[in-house]
Amino acid sequence: MAEEFDVVVVGAGPAGSAAALVLARAGKSVCLLERGPFPGSKNMYGGVIYPRILDGLIPNWWEEAPVQRWVTRRATMVLTGTQSLTVDYRTEAWGRPPYNGATAYRPDFDAWLAGKAVEAGAVLACETTATGLLGAPGKGGIRGVRTDRPGGEIGARLVIACDGVNSLLAKEAGIYGKADPHHFTLGAKETLALPARVIEERFGLAEHEGADFEIVGCTEGVAGGGFLYTNRETVSVGVVLHLPELAASKKRPEEIIASMKANPVIAPLVAGGELVEYSAHLIPEGGWVMLPGLVADGMLVAGDAAALCLAAGIWLEGVNFAIGSGMAAGETALEALDSGNVSAPGLAGYRKRLEGNFVLADHRKLRRAPHLMLSDRVQHRYPQMICNLTEAMFTVTNPEPKKGILAHTRIEARRAGVRLGQLARDTASALRTYG
Amino acid sequence: MTGPGPMRESFEDRMATVEFRVAPTAHITVDGDSCRGCSTKACVTACPANLFVPTADGGILFNYEQCFECGTCYLVCDTEGAISWSYPEGGHGVVFLRS
Repeated sequence: MAEEFDVVVVGAGPAGSAAALVLARAGKSVCLLERGPFPGSKNMYGGVIYPRILDGLIPNWWEEAPVQRWVTRRATMVLTGTQSLTVDYRTEAWGRPPYNGATAYRPDFDAWLAGKAVEAGAVLACETTATGLLGAPGKGGIRGVRTDRPGGEIGARLVIACDGVNSLLAKEAGIYGKADPHHFTLGAKETLALPARVIEERFGLAEHEGADFEIVGCTEGVAGGGFLYTNRETVSVGVVLHLPELAASKKRPEEIIASMKANPVIAPLVAGGELVEYSAHLIPEGGWVMLPGLVADGMLVAGDAAALCLAAGIWLEGVNFAIGSGMAAGETALEALDSGNVSAPGLAGYRKRLEGNFVLADHRKLRRAPHLMLSDRVQHRYPQMICNLTEAMFTVTNPEPKKGILAHTRIEARRAGVRLGQLARDTASALRTYG
Repeated sequence: MTGPGPMRESFEDRMATVEFRVAPTAHITVDGDSCRGCSTKACVTACPANLFVPTADGGILFNYEQCFECGTCYLVCDTEGAISWSYPEGGHGVVFLRS
């Protein structure tokens, strides 16, 4: 065996780099594998990083993190073909330390975070694909990984699998189960070049400020949603599409993006933007209900590989969950290495750590959200109803006197095919979930 | 959907914005024979890189070179064993720069 480390971390995304950073700082020997030519080169997302989880790991991270813009404007849009309703929130507070959300190019951000692990002593090996596990659970445990480098077996007392949404290593270890397409969405995105001044004028932003729009009702009837956010000199616009519905619709992802961009509300925001990169990536959206096994003998799983991505409608977060789970995996690995017990029971503290912070607490609390968000009512009927209701309320039909809001609601619910009993049940479910 | 308009770039132009370091060997292989029995062929439209092309005899032609490595194809595939899926060898495949 060519090399032997305390830990081999597979994948230098935010989960892997956070785990490697924690371990290297504590003096453990860490090999951080990345199959791309540099960290972040395989990664793509829907646009906003919420980095406060880094406060304890990298003090004043905002002074050095490669951020495009600080999000000071957060809008949720409901579109129909001819109507739109937007909740548009702005605050200057999110434009000052410690900030809230940031837009960033993942190749920049992920490479920066991996660099922190390298500074702490981790060995980063790029252009190296992990092709399988050495050893197996129950048979002396997992003892490292095979790679496609010549003589490329890398031995380690522990493997931390942060190999992304397809979770090939967790599947090989037998802790993932059969992947169900209902738990995945496809994100497809265009990055469009526009001058910074134009972006700031169109979105009403000061220099360094950014906007993030989350959109429902713009995906040609395929369950999912859209997003639009600003970088320094580009805007990113894309869609998130429920895989089985996308497949059944026979529509193409880039055609659904084109249709969203043609919407009269979106079109002026992206007009003239030159396509500089098209990208696509899967998202593990199932949340709590698709959570795989998190540990095996000699292995921990973190980030998208453990399906730790939050797709809860009003809250769409992933990078922070990757970093949070990676840190917890690193801390658990430290404990296990020091105690000498790297078996699955010896790694049980990982789940407790995740349950004790936001990573699993948020997933458990919001466990009903992904299903509710992808339901026909939330996707189609409620957007139509809420737009019609708003239109009815603000259409002045003199000489008729005004109807009350409840009367309008009853009329518009009926028109949109929404039963009031179902509306009440969904409202109760939403309150249980989000309240 | 409308067809390509004057302002709409072709699919080739779209893919030309993405950097690919093409590996000498394919990381995904498709068994075109088993595709002949598939009536849905969901891969053809769902693949964001449009890499699955139906052939006249009812099979599928697949080219790995501009693959995003996303995983959509094997997840939407109805035919057990038709797609064998892995990652390209290290340093190869898609390279995102502004994602």
